Amino acid sequence: MKTPAPLQPIPSDSAGIVLEARNVVKRYGHMTALDGVDFELRAGEILAVVGDNGAGKSTLIKALTGAVHPDGGEILLDGEPVHFKGPLDARHRGIETVYQDLAVAPALDIASNLFLGRELRRPGIMGSVFRRLDKKRMRQEAERSMAELKFRLPSITNAVEALSGGQRQGVAVARAALFARKLVIMDEPTAALGVRETGQVLELIRAIRDRGLPVVLISHNMPNVFELADRIHIMRLGRRAAVVSPKTHSMGDVVAIMTGATRVEEARDPGV
Amino acid sequence: MTTIKLLKSASFGLAACAVSFAFTGQASAEDVIVGLVTKTEVNPFFVKMRQAAEAQAKEKGAKLIARAGKFDGDNEGQVAAIEDLISAGAKGILLTPNNSSGMLNIIKKARDAGVLVIALDTATDPADAVDATFATDNFEAGVQQGAYARKALGDKTPIVAMLDGTPGGTVDTFRHDGYLKGFGIAEGDPAIAGAAITNGAQDKGQIGMENLLSKNGDINAVYTINEPAAAGAYAALKSFGKEADVMLTSIDGGCAGVRDVKDGKIAATVMQFPYKMAAMGVDAVVEYAATGKKPSGFVNTGSFLITDKPVDGIESKDTAWGLKNCWGD
Amino acid sequence: MSAVPVSPPEKTSGVMAKIIGVPSAGPLLVLLAFGLIFAITNPRFLATHNLSIILQQTVIIGTLAIGQTLVILTAGIDLAVGAICVLGTIIAGKLVTSGYDPALSMAFSVLVCTAAGFAAGGLISGLRLPPFIVTLGILGILTAALRLISAGGAFPVRDEFLGWTGNTLRLGGFIVTYGVLLMFVLYALVWYLLNETKWGRHVYAIGNSPEAARLVGIPVRRHLLSVYLLAGFIYGIGAWLALGRIPNADPNALQTANLDSITAVVIGGTSLFGGRGGLIGTLIGALIVGVLRNGLTLAGIDPLWQDLVTGILVIVAVALDQLSRRKG
Ligand SMILES: Nc1ncnc2c1ncn2[C@@H]1O[C@H](COP(=O)(O)OP(=O)(O)OP(=O)(O)O)[C@@H](O)[C@H]1O
Ligand SMILES: [Mg+2]
Repeated sequence: MKTPAPLQPIPSDSAGIVLEARNVVKRYGHMTALDGVDFELRAGEILAVVGDNGAGKSTLIKALTGAVHPDGGEILLDGEPVHFKGPLDARHRGIETVYQDLAVAPALDIASNLFLGRELRRPGIMGSVFRRLDKKRMRQEAERSMAELKFRLPSITNAVEALSGGQRQGVAVARAALFARKLVIMDEPTAALGVRETGQVLELIRAIRDRGLPVVLISHNMPNVFELADRIHIMRLGRRAAVVSPKTHSMGDVVAIMTGATRVEEARDPGV
Repeated sequence: MTTIKLLKSASFGLAACAVSFAFTGQASAEDVIVGLVTKTEVNPFFVKMRQAAEAQAKEKGAKLIARAGKFDGDNEGQVAAIEDLISAGAKGILLTPNNSSGMLNIIKKARDAGVLVIALDTATDPADAVDATFATDNFEAGVQQGAYARKALGDKTPIVAMLDGTPGGTVDTFRHDGYLKGFGIAEGDPAIAGAAITNGAQDKGQIGMENLLSKNGDINAVYTINEPAAAGAYAALKSFGKEADVMLTSIDGGCAGVRDVKDGKIAATVMQFPYKMAAMGVDAVVEYAATGKKPSGFVNTGSFLITDKPVDGIESKDTAWGLKNCWGD
Repeated sequence: MSAVPVSPPEKTSGVMAKIIGVPSAGPLLVLLAFGLIFAITNPRFLATHNLSIILQQTVIIGTLAIGQTLVILTAGIDLAVGAICVLGTIIAGKLVTSGYDPALSMAFSVLVCTAAGFAAGGLISGLRLPPFIVTLGILGILTAALRLISAGGAFPVRDEFLGWTGNTLRLGGFIVTYGVLLMFVLYALVWYLLNETKWGRHVYAIGNSPEAARLVGIPVRRHLLSVYLLAGFIYGIGAWLALGRIPNADPNALQTANLDSITAVVIGGTSLFGGRGGLIGTLIGALIVGVLRNGLTLAGIDPLWQDLVTGILVIVAVALDQLSRRKG
């Protein structure tokens, strides 16, 4: 193995930063899951978050989306400090999350799942007084967004349980894409998928980015990360070890940083 | 998918099969249909009633359709049964009402439709809601039990325990009051050591007796609503070592109860005759179908004291006779 | 930027396919088959008088089964249906016998039933206790309370208003009771809620996966509470219907209503695991049970065959559900 080239953090360009975290701390009892982590997501990019098991990736995502409350530090959305009380708060601000366990209702059809919790009502008195769902419009919207994402499904009225694993993942990703106004976060969306199905989901992630939404992608799959990501955020021991570009760094470099074989100067905190 | 379809059609076939198989006992159109609606299906008293009704109907060339509630208190089940029987074209319906007032509307409907309605075993409230009532005079049966107990006690000072059925029931009240009358005491008499609710069940009879014995160990006479309650009481008395000192009596005439009398566990029981009620009921319906003549009023189907230890001045039959005429097994 | 831009309308896809795919088609076929067998064996079966009798006999269990369906759709179970309904009859009966206004008495007793549903829902959603245990407990408590309130015995309830649901009217040669109409109205309303509103969607979602429902932002606990509350209200209406059938308040009545209503729900194709099935199936399920009992009696057949056939249907329905779920 050749000696890695000197690793330089990518300078952050403070214009166009959508979501940012500064010095965020999260402790579970004596365990410090996040130890002053920084994070930034730029407009229009796919940012991969990688790191060993227990490095703090999921905790970071939860802190960003209000699923846990940080013990210190601050989070900024479009440069403005935010304090999310729960995942619903983050969703109201246009942040969509694809959870690892997908959060779909298997017996309901695809359209119902896409609109779950955000069903559309009919216009006029039928909607306001009789609370009647606008099933037709939800189906149309579902079909349209699937088409826009170039995601092929048997029929929008199929129950989700009748779909393959990749197709289900597609539904969860499409739901995020349909409602996200700011950004989409995905926690290991290709875990346990076959090669072909993984390919489908990766296509979806690209399609979301092409719609202009930045994406945060947590993954252990290095080839996927290198195929998709514009930048790679590397977590180690509750901190950001480095942010690198797949164009300038190899998988070996990233693994070396992840495992602590190579140490990097932090952009924001050169003291480490 | 195919498995499911297969199973669907299979289940369908199975259920249909069961139904069509069941049809092999269907009535021919000319038969007089007699409906019998008992409280439950499992109680041996009603089993006997049903068997007797079936036998009698066969003899008279009538068709019996027997139905029952699912549990004590299943008024809805009995109402539905009567409705179905009216639809089926029954000429008369023999009913042991679960609740003496719950059936009034449907009884009226049946009678308005020209169906003869006879209450068996349990009267309705008011009693003239039905055409006639064929039943044991439960008050009289209670008197027989009480009178025997008092006589058999001799000159001991009586201390009585009352093991009642379900409070509020008419049968319960009649038997209870009859016992006191026969015993020669009034409600509230200091001779009454206490009462317990048994619902006519053996386990509750035992618990009730145990509690009453803990309260007063000198109890020497026990009234029981029926023989299962008496069997429970006997178990309790035995565990207290008092089975020989207590005058335990009962009502019903079930074969198990008569055997308990024979074995000396129960001193005496008052037998009633469910098969008589049923047979008389079927006869009345057949007669009504033929002549339009309706029975009316209360018809006592009788009751007999069964004991192997007769006392002077009280008419009784021995257990040999009892075992020949008892019901259940 | 709007989350849901408008797009051109699509053409509706195969109506026929939809009908075949309807989940209650199976139970409907069973119902029609039994109807056919009984009609052949005894022509009296199809008499309008007899058909309307069957409807009237379905009123109590059919109505209680609406609430039971809602609860089972959330993957719960309600063992207290009958007890809550009987509570309603006894409270209304007691109040009216003590001279209170009948309409107010009935309204109050429906309120008490709703409160009983609220209590069950509160314990289930608030303390996260299993519905089976909570409703079993409520069944026990109510059984004791009912005996106390009514002093052990049944009593007649002779009141025009309380008995109103038993009054009949003629609908084109068909005699129905107001109770039957009320039951159909309840079915229509709750069907609408389940199928055409967000509330109903969320009932299904919770039954499918409570965790998924929570993650998409459905207030799961509050929603469960509303389900049990509505169920309690329906049981209260059931009490009114029961008084119309039998003008008698009996603490011993409806002891098997819990199992009977669950039977109707299951035969109707609703999954005991929650999230699958629907109300039309339940109505058909309740009718199947009623048709079986009536038809067998008309044919002069021992009613034990009814239990046998019902038992077969229940097992088959559950087996079908298991199979379809395993496939998924
Ligand atoms: N709810 C919790 N309670 C206690 N400790 C927790 C909790 N959640 C996470 N942790 C701890 O915090 C640390 C970071 O966990 P986190 O789930 O963020 O890691 P991760 O990078 O997502 O790992 P993986 O790749 O395995 O998903 C771990 O040591 C973990 O044990
Ligand atoms: Mg994780």
